[in-house]
Amino acid sequence: MSEKGATVIPVPNDFKSDIKPVWCPGCGDFGVLNAMAKAMARLALRPENVAVVSGIGCSSRIPAYTSCYGFHGVHGRALPTATGLKIARPELTVIVTGGDGDGYSIGGNHFLHACRRNVDLTYIVMDNRVYGMTKGQPSPTTETGWTSKLAPHGTGLNEFHPMAIALAAGANFIARGFTGDPNGLADIVMQAITTPGFSFIEVLSPCITFRPEQKEWKKMVRPGNLSSTADPTLAARQIFADDGMNLGVLYAGERPPYQPPIGLATGSLADLEAAFAL
Amino acid sequence: MSPPETFVPRTMQEFMARACALEAEAAERYAELAGLMRAHHNADVAELFGKLARIEGLHRDKILARMGWDAPPDPDAFRWQTPEGPETTDFADLHYLMTPWHALKLAEHNERRAAEFFEELAAQRALPPDLRAAATETAAEEREHVALIQGWLARVPEPRPDWDEDADPPAAVD
Repeated sequence: MSEKGATVIPVPNDFKSDIKPVWCPGCGDFGVLNAMAKAMARLALRPENVAVVSGIGCSSRIPAYTSCYGFHGVHGRALPTATGLKIARPELTVIVTGGDGDGYSIGGNHFLHACRRNVDLTYIVMDNRVYGMTKGQPSPTTETGWTSKLAPHGTGLNEFHPMAIALAAGANFIARGFTGDPNGLADIVMQAITTPGFSFIEVLSPCITFRPEQKEWKKMVRPGNLSSTADPTLAARQIFADDGMNLGVLYAGERPPYQPPIGLATGSLADLEAAFAL
Repeated sequence: MSPPETFVPRTMQEFMARACALEAEAAERYAELAGLMRAHHNADVAELFGKLARIEGLHRDKILARMGWDAPPDPDAFRWQTPEGPETTDFADLHYLMTPWHALKLAEHNERRAAEFFEELAAQRALPPDLRAAATETAAEEREHVALIQGWLARVPEPRPDWDEDADPPAAVD
């Protein structure tokens, strides 16, 4: 931290832990860690007031690499965990991180309802269109024609379209970033954190081990090509014209976040049990 | 998000703030890469990146001393026209089996980009004469660094053509 008079100004490294990432050298997830750290520093947050919640997968290791409170949870269940945390502790900044398999397959149903509930969370999905940790199986966002030893004929399935799903399900902020542009991504993360409600960021994060062709993404992305709108119809039109390489904020709505009165979720165990419909 | 405008410093403070940020970012990234390579048990490359981090840190400290600053200026006060600083290694250019030769090629590329950054700056018509002289001098220093790295490269064996073949690969990709 640097000091200007009595004010302590955080720097990005304040938000990183001493644990060295074990991601493959060249992995896009380094760019997300840096972008998150920059965004938190620029917003002058304090690590003890931020919780980073994740599921399972390479990208879900991020909580350990930050100095914030962290919860490296169950596969696909980062969003419900984070939802409970934010509702119980609304004063915290809660950031949810994970990958495309964790978020769209194992946790797909939670993704829909997190968008619908619109709790004030920031959900960063590092999308490399493959299950990297388990050695290269196709994920929900894998292109239908991508072939490998594990899918020699491709998946033959249409890809999941996260932004379209997020818009249709009610996310209040939707954007796409790229790990090769950590400063641009940090801008998006800042906007996501400061926009009330459920903020979803799809991050193109190359897996150089199982999808080495994704190194070309840095020549393919188009920063600033998405135009932010509060009109879901206009946002939907952009999605239909999108090839997945346009970056920026797609949609920033004005729907108030869901936040039940504090206390409902933190009553006694007996109260909690009584509240269950059996 | 529009791209940042062409950078034309108006004062020596502004110029040096950029120069300092360039070196500080490069040093920080090399230090990150050293840790990363250590985590992947690539000790030779880790040591080299650590050495490069120290060298870039000395360049940063030289500017700090010259300007009488305690710390590098806030890097978020301005934006590079490139995604990151001109001397900052792109994470995407790494490989876990890379050799010191590859690391030095990256360093050479970074120094060259830094030289080009200051050369382009020196060519800006709107630049005041004292800043043009500073930009020209800094570009020349960066060119010296390119030559220095090339000298190192000449003493490091080139990798074998199959340098990235792993007898126990993490991937089962065709």
